[in-house]
Amino acid sequence: MDLIDFARGPALQWSLALFIFGIAWRLIGVLLLHRKVDHSLPRHQDTTMGGVRLIFSRMWPKPEFRQSNAVHYALSYTFHIGLFIVIFLFRPHMLFIRDLTGLSWPTLPSGFVYVIGAMTLATLVAMLVRRMSHPVLKMISNFDDYFSWAVTALPVATGLLAVSHLGARYETLLALHILSVCLLLVWFPFGKLMHATLFVISRGTTGALFERKGAST
Amino acid sequence: MRDKTVLELLQARGVSRRGFLKFCATTASLLALPPSAAAAIAETLGKTRRPSVIWLSFQECTGCTESLTRAHLPTIESLIFDAISLDYHHTLQAASGSAAEAAREEAMKAAWGQYVLVVDGSIPLGEQGYYSAIAGVSNLEMLKETAAGAAAIINMGTCAAYGGIPQANPNPTGAVPVSAIIKDKPIVNVPGCPPIPVVMTSVVAHYLTFGAVPELDHLGRPKSFYGDTIHDRCYRRPFYDQGKFATSFDDEGARNGWCLYQLGCKGPTTYNACATVKWNDGTSFPIQSGHGCIGCSEPNFWDKGSFYQPLSAGIWGDRQATLGTAAVAGAAVGAVAAASTRIRQQHASEEK
Repeated sequence: MDLIDFARGPALQWSLALFIFGIAWRLIGVLLLHRKVDHSLPRHQDTTMGGVRLIFSRMWPKPEFRQSNAVHYALSYTFHIGLFIVIFLFRPHMLFIRDLTGLSWPTLPSGFVYVIGAMTLATLVAMLVRRMSHPVLKMISNFDDYFSWAVTALPVATGLLAVSHLGARYETLLALHILSVCLLLVWFPFGKLMHATLFVISRGTTGALFERKGAST
Repeated sequence: MRDKTVLELLQARGVSRRGFLKFCATTASLLALPPSAAAAIAETLGKTRRPSVIWLSFQECTGCTESLTRAHLPTIESLIFDAISLDYHHTLQAASGSAAEAAREEAMKAAWGQYVLVVDGSIPLGEQGYYSAIAGVSNLEMLKETAAGAAAIINMGTCAAYGGIPQANPNPTGAVPVSAIIKDKPIVNVPGCPPIPVVMTSVVAHYLTFGAVPELDHLGRPKSFYGDTIHDRCYRRPFYDQGKFATSFDDEGARNGWCLYQLGCKGPTTYNACATVKWNDGTSFPIQSGHGCIGCSEPNFWDKGSFYQPLSAGIWGDRQATLGTAAVAGAAVGAVAAASTRIRQQHASEEK
């Protein structure tokens, strides 16, 4: 079995299994946690909309912090949107997900996605430089932050190398790209990358709580 | 006839010197050699005595031979093959039975250490090699015996080069490629199912001209023909970059000639010259005819998942069972973790 077959076969299968195992573990573990009974009189009975509202309202920066955190916001938006485009709107990636789930959707021209991929990688590097040079960010960063950055940046970097045939033969680069995705999948549920799913629960819970109390969401 | 030069033989078949030089120039170009090499090829081939070639067919479908002989016109390549002393080829030769085997032994004796051995088909090792035998001699035995006196070996087709379809899972005959048995001779792999005829003639021309095999890649293939992927040289490549894909064999995309990646084309990971040299006198190649590349010049191409599954899809067996089990196991562990936390919290509140 050569490297590309290993990557497309056992590596992908077992990393996906670990990904699903980890996601199920973390989500069920959080959702089944005991919640303290709130005996206070609720301002609003139906708190669902408050939860939904906060999930979206927290995506946009508060006016008070816009100026001071402008660079951080710009980098974060570029990176997150870029990553979304690269993962979900590149045809080969959509076909990978379609093969797993049966779902399909329109995609963007490959050439455009390459450009977005390069921008995403540049933004990721800028975010790392900022993390390492900003005194506060540097102080609060730990292994999880740096490793999560690495497993996110690697698939983007190897994907770009593969499409541009830089450094090795295409099938080798493609195998490395898939293996880097496997690493991402394995790490995802157990590190800070899990925020990609937990943010909905944490914001939703906070929003519902605020709504119950009548606070702004 | 063996004493005549290649040029003399070709001239006797009505090939002009201009036609011969054109062939030499084309061969030099195909092999990615400098223009000056064309003259060297012409000079050497012109003087070369009719070289002896022994062609052994083992576990194969005769598609490689068909590929070489099914030219719709008598091309210069086919004439070059006529000019080669093809001393043994059990599909093409008139002799049969013990006479055919005697011809092989005679050819080996006459040109010991100098003949070129062409092999198509893989060699079965199961049952002491007797899954396939010719005149009572196993393929394994015949290969060892004939390779001993060969100057070089050309593996024609994927079966001889990498085991091919006979070696595909579950490989009932224990099929192996030539390189798994012969270790002490220069070997050139010309894979493909079947390979392109002009690649074969160019490799022979290179060997006759320079007395050595052409530059090979890590899989033993001539770099000049197998240096680029089908995808990189494909005329449909711009559609891939534009995100225009055929989604079925009869949709608008297919009719417009868009990229066949979604329909399982293996062009991105397949190294061959199909997209540039093409087939049937440069008429077409599978992608041009509307079907994706199946990756036939790569090792284990038969066991790399469905031909119609996109390259980006995973290759695995019962994924639903594996992933379903993972989800249930994860949920169970999560429930146990939550229950354990609840018990801890209850104990803590009771202690207060």
